[in-house]
Amino acid sequence: MSSDTPAGMTERGSAQITPEIDAAHALNLYRQMLLIRRFEERVYLLYLQGEIPGTLHQCQGQEAVAVGVCDVLRRTDWITSTHRPHGHALAKGLDLGAAMAELYGKATGCCGGKGGSMHLGDPSVGMLPAIAIVGGGNTVVTGLGLAFKLMRTDQVAVCFFGEGASNEGAFHEGLNFAAVQRLPIVFACENNLYGASTPFHQASLVPDVAARAAAYGVRGEIIDGMDVLAVREAAARAVAEARAGAGPVLLEFKTYRFAGHSRGDVRGYRSREEEAEWKERDPIVRLRERLAATGDAEVLAETAAQVEAALDDAIEFARQSPLPRAEDALTGAHATVISSGASS
Amino acid sequence: MTPAAPSARGQRRLTIAEALREAIAEEMRHDEKVFLIGEDIGVPGGFGGAFGVYLGLTDEFGHERIIDTPISEKAIAGAAIGAALMGMRPIPDLQYADFLFECMDELVNQAAKMRYMSNGKLSVPMVLRCPVGTANRGAQHGQSPESYFVHVPGLKVVCISDAYHAKGLLKSAVRDDDPVIFFEHKLLYGSKGREQAGGMDLTAHVPEEEYFFPIGRAVVKRAGTSVTVVATHLSLYRSLAAAEELARDGIECEVIDPLTLLPLDEETIFASVRKTGRLVIAHEDTLTGGWGAELAARVGEECLYSLQAPIRRVASHDVPLPVAPVMEQTVVPSVARIKAALASCCEG
Repeated sequence: MSSDTPAGMTERGSAQITPEIDAAHALNLYRQMLLIRRFEERVYLLYLQGEIPGTLHQCQGQEAVAVGVCDVLRRTDWITSTHRPHGHALAKGLDLGAAMAELYGKATGCCGGKGGSMHLGDPSVGMLPAIAIVGGGNTVVTGLGLAFKLMRTDQVAVCFFGEGASNEGAFHEGLNFAAVQRLPIVFACENNLYGASTPFHQASLVPDVAARAAAYGVRGEIIDGMDVLAVREAAARAVAEARAGAGPVLLEFKTYRFAGHSRGDVRGYRSREEEAEWKERDPIVRLRERLAATGDAEVLAETAAQVEAALDDAIEFARQSPLPRAEDALTGAHATVISSGASS
Repeated sequence: MTPAAPSARGQRRLTIAEALREAIAEEMRHDEKVFLIGEDIGVPGGFGGAFGVYLGLTDEFGHERIIDTPISEKAIAGAAIGAALMGMRPIPDLQYADFLFECMDELVNQAAKMRYMSNGKLSVPMVLRCPVGTANRGAQHGQSPESYFVHVPGLKVVCISDAYHAKGLLKSAVRDDDPVIFFEHKLLYGSKGREQAGGMDLTAHVPEEEYFFPIGRAVVKRAGTSVTVVATHLSLYRSLAAAEELARDGIECEVIDPLTLLPLDEETIFASVRKTGRLVIAHEDTLTGGWGAELAARVGEECLYSLQAPIRRVASHDVPLPVAPVMEQTVVPSVARIKAALASCCEG
């Protein structure tokens, strides 16, 4: 602990990290980012051990975007997510056990085992089942915003998407429609530089997704996605604008996924030097250093222990949970029971 | 709204366009969560939708509930789906069913799957109205793509062919909690289709009092004992015309309008096939992989021992639609083709 600890730090969490964020708030952001990081790391091992079926798209390195954006949202605000949804789900408040159980394909999962890793979601915390079609959320989110506008609520919808989605027609149709309708939407682009293995500079001559906002009369902003406080500050402004009826905003967070695109990706398309440079900017390390500088190393260790304990509980819950009933696979596609389509 | 001419019996008769408009207006009055969204549907001085179905509705409901959009089918479908997920009941419009292909991801990957993926926590109550059918508009404005959607679990697929069922089914569809793709034939909206449909009066009695017609129920349009015909849209009217001609030869066709293709009213259709022992299916959608193939397979599975002759399908030939009327009418099911199939089916 440094000797120049501010006097206020004798009381845990009372120091200001930024004008808006005190140490307790910052510690909460840290805890959430660490939870996502450790969730991803532990889930990966469980996957390799054969406990989790399917595939995984993980977000190590991108935690600051999910946590910083969701920190300024209300429970009644909604998000749409992508094939890489674990961080968004946990940041929006999806129950940790229900998320883990969903990855395990258990009945207690947030989608009862029907969704899996790529479709994590829960309406009770304001998250649609994640949309695993690139750009899929960019049009559906306009309907969320439209409903809020028509129902005269002050809710906001956030659409998370990657830079790869910005080359989908859905990105353009969704952003333009949201703009002309002045919908309360924040388009939150996580530019992690690669669409699977393809670098963005091969996919677009415009290096910044935010620049595309100008084409639709929308405000665009580029943010350091590896700094959760910067993310939060930009998201707070954008969400406030959207909530006030000023229309959508396009935020582009420059970030990096430390892991591969999906679980089998050995990342041969990018250099280890590049990876090392981005890991120097690890958002969790950066905030930890800032918190440590304000004085309380002990609480950081406590937080890490709490995160591991919570994950232990979630994994145990998932392991102990019952499998879904096989026959439930055949129901639930329609709201009303329909007779046709049952094959012998 | 144009007042409908009273029929001889004094009953009110409406065109399909009028019946649809009335259904929409009633549902918008009933539930403020119902709204319209699409291209050219409410622009002042505009068309009231590509086929005029929405004419006059902005006078009562205003532009907040009748939302004109950019030409962005993905955004229209996405906005409708998202709003439906939030509890609204949108009726989106894409002008032509051909344009559905612009938003297949929204319809197939999002609308149809959200309920299942969310384990029943969410639903997508929306009705997407889609004009189908040839009308000398060629390959990209005349298709009847119903069968693509019959293949998608999570959707419901309706095909209306008369004003009474148009209104009753549209009202049911708006109140249904599943996404409904609602197909209407361009030539059947109003008086224009009469001569092309074989000189039939396409207006129908539409009661003034409120009523609903359930999704998933077929109707027998003409009772008969010789052969069953299941047909939709214009092919239904051509089947009825063929049935009248064959009646002169003593062949009594039972003509069924399935009205809903997903879920299909197997009970009504199977009962008829078991009675007649013969089945002809007629639709303007193309032959291969068309919904007629699905129906034929089901009848084959469930009613094979009742059949006295092979099932016949009369569908559009497997080519894109040409514009020249003489070519177009060669491609789509004609009265003559349907009649020939019926006669052939009854030979055995």
